[in-house]
Amino acid sequence: MMKRKPILRVTSKVFMPFILLFALYVQFHGDFGPGGGFQAGVIFASSFILYALIFGLHDAKMVMPSSVLEVLAALGVLLYAGVGVVSFFVGDNYLNYNSLAHDPLHGQHYGILLVELGVGVTVFAAMTLIFYTFAGRGR
Amino acid sequence: MAVTAIVILRIKNLFTVVMLGGIYSLLSAQMFVNLDAVDVAFTEAAVGAGISTVLMLGTLALTSREEKSEKKSSRTFWLPLVVVFSTGIALIYGTLDMPDYGDPNAPVHHHVAPRYLLDSEGEVGMPNVVTSVLASYRGFDTLGETTVVFTALVGVLILLATRRRRKDNDAPTLADLEEQEDDA
Repeated sequence: MMKRKPILRVTSKVFMPFILLFALYVQFHGDFGPGGGFQAGVIFASSFILYALIFGLHDAKMVMPSSVLEVLAALGVLLYAGVGVVSFFVGDNYLNYNSLAHDPLHGQHYGILLVELGVGVTVFAAMTLIFYTFAGRGR
Repeated sequence: MAVTAIVILRIKNLFTVVMLGGIYSLLSAQMFVNLDAVDVAFTEAAVGAGISTVLMLGTLALTSREEKSEKKSSRTFWLPLVVVFSTGIALIYGTLDMPDYGDPNAPVHHHVAPRYLLDSEGEVGMPNVVTSVLASYRGFDTLGETTVVFTALVGVLILLATRRRRKDNDAPTLADLEEQEDDA
């Protein structure tokens, strides 16, 4: 796409891993600092959108095909709801994480971690896929 | 922020408008930081300034860059102005009854907020109260929000993602649809 823009290409390649790492940090550090699944998903998606903007939609789809994203989006919601169902079966209310581990606090930790992961995955897949459809429509 | 908003209203070049929209989002993110709502500011900066600007640019690539100039008539000028001003005055009148900003005796601070702030460390064990409220106390709401994001994606896919690109004259017209309805 942008064959003659070496500065953009190189900078975006350099920034990619840091954006991904920052997204993961926001995802799993959301318990302690600002952030959480929603923000992390958006940041993760933004790195792929950056890639698609610089190197073209075709290359981005080779890295992250839209069929995978469709599955991921559904999987995130399923993970969230699944945590609720599991807590249901180990003897608590729906989406009450106290019984997920022996210690209620640990149960809460696991529950929130999994739930936030579900949110992050869904948001990431949804944002990237929406961008794919918008960008792919003009051609 | 006010200056950006007014410029957005006045300017005709849509590319500039989208960029100014991003700047507006970033400024409001700073406002949220000033109000100590770091999580909200984070979301605003990532979604408002980042993703939605890119999506608007993507839309812009499909349409035209310049806004079509419309004929202005004085009749359509006064009615919206009156409506906006009366709504604004009503809203400002409504805020007169609200407690002062930062008033510790305000009802908001006496409902569930003290329990979240005082007990969430013992009940959930998260240093970040926002996360524990979002994912644990209000888990149902967040499940709903995630489902909303998923539903939005499904909607966009249904509306926009056509496997084979359809030509304009290929799209079913209203008459075609009526015929199909008659057949069914």
